[in-house]
Amino acid sequence: MSDSPDIRLGLYVPPHPHPLLAPEQNDGWGRLRKAFDTCKERIEESGADLILIYSTTWPSIIGHQIQAHPNPVFTHVDDDFHFLGSMDYEFKMDSEFAECFRGFCEERGLHARTVSYDGFPIDTGSVVALKLLNPENKIPACIVSSNVYSNRAEQIVLGKSARDAISKLGRKVAVVVVASLSNRMFTEHIDPSEDRIHSAKDDEWNRKILEFFEDGRLEDISQLSRDIHGQIRVSKVVAYKPAWWMASAMGQHNNYDGEVLAYEALHGAGGAVIQLTPSTGGVGDKEFDEDDVEFYQGDRSVLGKGAI
Amino acid sequence: MNTLNLAGRFSLDFSTSGVMARGEIVLGCLAPHPPHVVYAENPEQNEPFSEGGWEALRWGYNMLARKLKDIEYDCIVVLTPHWQTYIGNHFLGLERFQNISVDPIFPNLFRFHHDIEVDVELSEAMQKSAEDAGIVSMMMRNPNFRVDYGTIVSCHMLNPEWDKPIVTISSNRSTHYYSDEVMNEQASALGLAVSKAIEESGRKVVLVASHSLSHRHFVTEAPLPEDMSREHIYNHSQYVWDMKVIEMMREGKMEEVIGILPEMIEQTMAEAEGGGLTWMMSAMGMPDYPAEIYGYQSVIGTGNAIAAWDPNPSSRTIVL
Ligand SMILES: [Fe+2]
Repeated sequence: MSDSPDIRLGLYVPPHPHPLLAPEQNDGWGRLRKAFDTCKERIEESGADLILIYSTTWPSIIGHQIQAHPNPVFTHVDDDFHFLGSMDYEFKMDSEFAECFRGFCEERGLHARTVSYDGFPIDTGSVVALKLLNPENKIPACIVSSNVYSNRAEQIVLGKSARDAISKLGRKVAVVVVASLSNRMFTEHIDPSEDRIHSAKDDEWNRKILEFFEDGRLEDISQLSRDIHGQIRVSKVVAYKPAWWMASAMGQHNNYDGEVLAYEALHGAGGAVIQLTPSTGGVGDKEFDEDDVEFYQGDRSVLGKGAI
Repeated sequence: MNTLNLAGRFSLDFSTSGVMARGEIVLGCLAPHPPHVVYAENPEQNEPFSEGGWEALRWGYNMLARKLKDIEYDCIVVLTPHWQTYIGNHFLGLERFQNISVDPIFPNLFRFHHDIEVDVELSEAMQKSAEDAGIVSMMMRNPNFRVDYGTIVSCHMLNPEWDKPIVTISSNRSTHYYSDEVMNEQASALGLAVSKAIEESGRKVVLVASHSLSHRHFVTEAPLPEDMSREHIYNHSQYVWDMKVIEMMREGKMEEVIGILPEMIEQTMAEAEGGGLTWMMSAMGMPDYPAEIYGYQSVIGTGNAIAAWDPNPSSRTIVL
C-alpha cells in the first residue's frame, strides 16, 4: 500500500451527550459544543471526503465491527443520560470504504466484519460526534468498534488496516477518535452547575496528556497508553486503546500541529476536543521501546507449549 | 394497622394497604441471555433464521418456562447487565416499549421486534424503596429508550407468550468503578430494598438475574454460528469454576456462593459482575435450599447455567 494515505486532520472528542443535548446547562458543556462546532468547520475546510470514527463506546467481541449501512436511521437514547433527551439520527456511511477496511483487516490477520442492519444501535459517542461534526451529512462516514478483549497489537494493526484502505481508495480523511481522557464519572446525580473533573489526580493527568497533544506528540501518547490506563481509566476494558489506534491510523509519529479547543468535565469525566494536523516539524527525542506490529498473529498458545 | 397519629392518639387504621396480602417472590431464576438461544428457537419476532443449536440450554429453558406456567405470578423483575448505568440503578418507568432490538455484538443473530408491558407501579415502588435505603436510583421515562437485549432474551425464554408485565432494573457498574466486593455490598442492599417493595406491593413476583456464569468469549465466530461442532467452553478453568458454583447451588449454599463471587468474577470474568445473582439472592434471603438446575452449556465460549430457586418446598423439585 501507499505509505502516505491522505489524512487531513485528526480529532479527539468526548463521547457523552451533554454537548449535543444540553450545552446550555453548564458553561463547560457549552464550550465543548463550541469546540465541536469549530471542528465541523475545520473538517469542511480540510477537503476531507470521509470521516473515519473509532468509538470507545461501541464495544465488540467478535473481532472488529465496521458500520457499513449506507443510511442508518434511528432514535438513540443514552443508558445513563436518558433524561437529557433523545438523539434522532440519519447518517450517510461510506459502505465502499467499510468493505475495503474490513478486507485489509483480514489481510493483516484481524477478525473483522461489517454490519449493515436497520435499527442497529449506533453508540452514543458516534451519534454525538456525527451529529455535531457532520450535521448535514455533507461528508460520508465510517465507524469502527473497540473490541473489548483487544490490546495494543490489535489496535496498532487495526489502525494500519485503516491506512491501507484510505490509500487504496484515495480517500481524504478526517480521523475522529471518540473517547474521554479520564473516564471516571460521578456515581451520583449532580447539579449541572457543579460539574467538575472527578479528582485532582484525574485533572492533573488530563492536563499532562493535553500538553502532549498540544505539542503534537501523538506517538508519545500512544507509548504512554498503559500508564494512562493505570492512572486515570476505570477498568471497564483491558487497556486505554484509543491512543494506540489513533497514532497508528495517523502514521505513528509526533509531527502534528496540536490544538486543544476545549477541556471540560462531563459528569466528572475528562472531555476534550483536540485537533491534530499533520505537519513537517517534530517534537521529542524519545526512542520507542515497544515493538511495532504489522500483522496480528492471534493467540500464541503459550499455555499449550512446553508441556511434557 | 395500629399507629400513633400525630395528635398522639392511638388509632385503628384499616386502610387498603393494611389489609392487602403480603407480596412475595415466588421464584428466582438465573437466566442467561446469549441471543443465540432466541436465534436458535426461531420465534416469529426475530428476523434471522437458524437451524437450531444450543439445545441443552433451550430445552432447559423450555422446562423452566413450563414450571412458570404452573406458578401464579403478576410480574417478572429482571436485573440486566446490558443496561449499564454509572449513576446508580435505573428502573423502567413507562408502561410500554415497542421497538426492534438489534444486538450490538451479534446483530447477525438477534433483531427482535418486541412489545413490552411494564408494571410501572411496582417499578416506582422498588425505586422509591431503593431511594429510601440510600441507594442512588432513578426512573427511566424516555419513551424512545430501547430495552436491552438481556432483558428481552431472558424474558422471552422464560415466558415466550409475553403475557406478564416486566420491570427491568439496570446494572450499576460498581465492579468497574470500585471492586467486586463493593458490587456485592451494593447489589445486596438493592436486593433488600426490592424485596421490601415487593412485600408491600402485594404482588407475586418472579425475579430474574439475567447473566452467564464464566464469561470469556471467543472473538471469532463460525461461519454458521449454530454449528455445534464448534461450540465449547473457552477453557477448562472456566468450566471447573462453573461446575463448582453449580454444585454449591445444588447444595443450597447461596451465602457461600455470593461470598466467593468476587473470586470467581476475577478468575472467570463472570457476568455476575453486573450484580444480578447477588441482588436476587439477597432479595430472596440467601436461600439455603437446593436450586433447581435446568441446564448448562457454553455459548461462544461462555458458561451458561439455568437455575431456579423455589421458596415453596412443595413445588421444589430436583430437575437435573
Ligand atoms: Fe451478556
